[in-house]
Amino acid sequence: MAASSREHVLSLYRLLLKESKKFPSYNYRTYALRRVRDAFRENRTVEDPKDVEELLRRARDSLALIQRQVCIGKMFETQKTVVEQEEQKSD
Amino acid sequence: MMNRIISSKLVDSMCVISSRRLSFAQSAVNTVQKQKELIKSRELEKDELRPLYMDFQATTPMDPRVLDAMLPYQVNYYGNPHSRTHAYGWESETAMEKARKQVADLIGADPREIVFTSGATESNNMSIKGVARFYKAKKNHIITTQTEHKCVLDSCRILEAEGFEVTYLPVKNNGLIDLKQLQERISPHTSLVSIMTVNNEIGVKQPIEEIGHLCRSKNVFFHTDAAQAVGKIPINVNDWKVDLMSISGHKIYGPKGVGALYVRRRPRVRIEPLQNGGGQERGLRSGTVPTPLVVGFGAACEIAQQELEYDHKRVTVLANRLVQKIMSEIPDVVMNGDPEQRYPGCINLSFAYVEGESLLMALKDVALSSGSACTSASLEPSYVLRAIGADEDLAHSSIRFGIGRFTTEEEVDYTVEKCIQQVKRLREMSPLWEMVQEGIDLKSIKWTQH
Repeated sequence: MAASSREHVLSLYRLLLKESKKFPSYNYRTYALRRVRDAFRENRTVEDPKDVEELLRRARDSLALIQRQVCIGKMFETQKTVVEQEEQKSD
Repeated sequence: MMNRIISSKLVDSMCVISSRRLSFAQSAVNTVQKQKELIKSRELEKDELRPLYMDFQATTPMDPRVLDAMLPYQVNYYGNPHSRTHAYGWESETAMEKARKQVADLIGADPREIVFTSGATESNNMSIKGVARFYKAKKNHIITTQTEHKCVLDSCRILEAEGFEVTYLPVKNNGLIDLKQLQERISPHTSLVSIMTVNNEIGVKQPIEEIGHLCRSKNVFFHTDAAQAVGKIPINVNDWKVDLMSISGHKIYGPKGVGALYVRRRPRVRIEPLQNGGGQERGLRSGTVPTPLVVGFGAACEIAQQELEYDHKRVTVLANRLVQKIMSEIPDVVMNGDPEQRYPGCINLSFAYVEGESLLMALKDVALSSGSACTSASLEPSYVLRAIGADEDLAHSSIRFGIGRFTTEEEVDYTVEKCIQQVKRLREMSPLWEMVQEGIDLKSIKWTQH
């Protein structure tokens, strides 16, 4: 039970990061990536299965939200910010 | 499960089709800045990169979670919340009341004490003019400060023309008011004291709790413009003994065009309404409540409450980084406002021997401002800086850096680097700087006319 739920959590985490990377807007993208990482790191030690279930439910809702907002962002895409240019150069 | 896969595939394909509308979106990009004449306003070219946004006190981008909450009410649930006879009205009303509760929870109030308005300017007008006019018979004195927002000062000016007596309290050099002075000026004729929680230009945080207790003890209503403070520092209207509080939606990552006014019920604060009509919002502000906007506003407040600690910690770290880096690299930089009693995300720095306008023009890759957006149309230096006693030349060379939820370390580093570079370059060109380097005291010079 514990093993599969750990797998579940990890797969949700990976999915959230994968979706967050798709944000066209620099600020939204960096915020989503940062917030997801920090939220999972913060709740790493939560034991109570009820709490875990609640957190996972919130994670799933966030995933759907990010997918929708990424789509909207792509519909109204605009130029990149100056800092992204530097990011691309260093890649 | 199958439906979700199919619908997500449809949505993905829709996104591809819609991205070809990029040229259409360009016209939606409107970066006209209300700056002084020297900085010509023009729209960004198609290939030009967008500047970094470091002006969070002027307005904030909407959080994606807020937009997500608002869209259903823009698309499908478009009913008028005051319609009592059908589902469209009922669902709209439920959403409005839920938003009201979210706003109330953020400031520690009861939902019945929240009135939705079109923004903090309207809330300020309502509370100041409303309280003053209601209690006109017995009390005709109002106290405010010299560093308030323009809408507060303008409302007071109108009241003066109506025959009220208004005291504009001066502030100390650090931007805080003197409590002793306030105590002396409160008289039995005082109906209202209005002092903003966090100043939008210098970020100074006033001692609201002490002021609230003082006003309560003297039986005077206390109004605070908390537009810049809500969602950024913990607020409790009961601990602070605040009777009226203005809140703005677009300062806490919510939509523009919505705000709220907190009006205490116990002890009851009576207001003469500014906008009359069908009696909505307890008769204090008639007019259809804009459901999508208030839903977004409520969502923004709930998010702000959840993220308050996280954001505050982050903003403090980034702000310290910015100030440390700038101050360690270039000399003669003054931070306006008290270094301790402040909200860290609003930093106002004065660079001596550099003209503020030219620095802003040089920093064209970063969206900054040199004063509040509403006063930047005139050529005078900001009245707030004058009130804290800043030298005339320092007041002209001040820049306000705003840091918010979405600011990244890279943005701060880029801003700092560019700022240091440009300040050094501008100072090289300045004859005043040359004279200072040679050890001449500029204040001792007797400038002659030709």
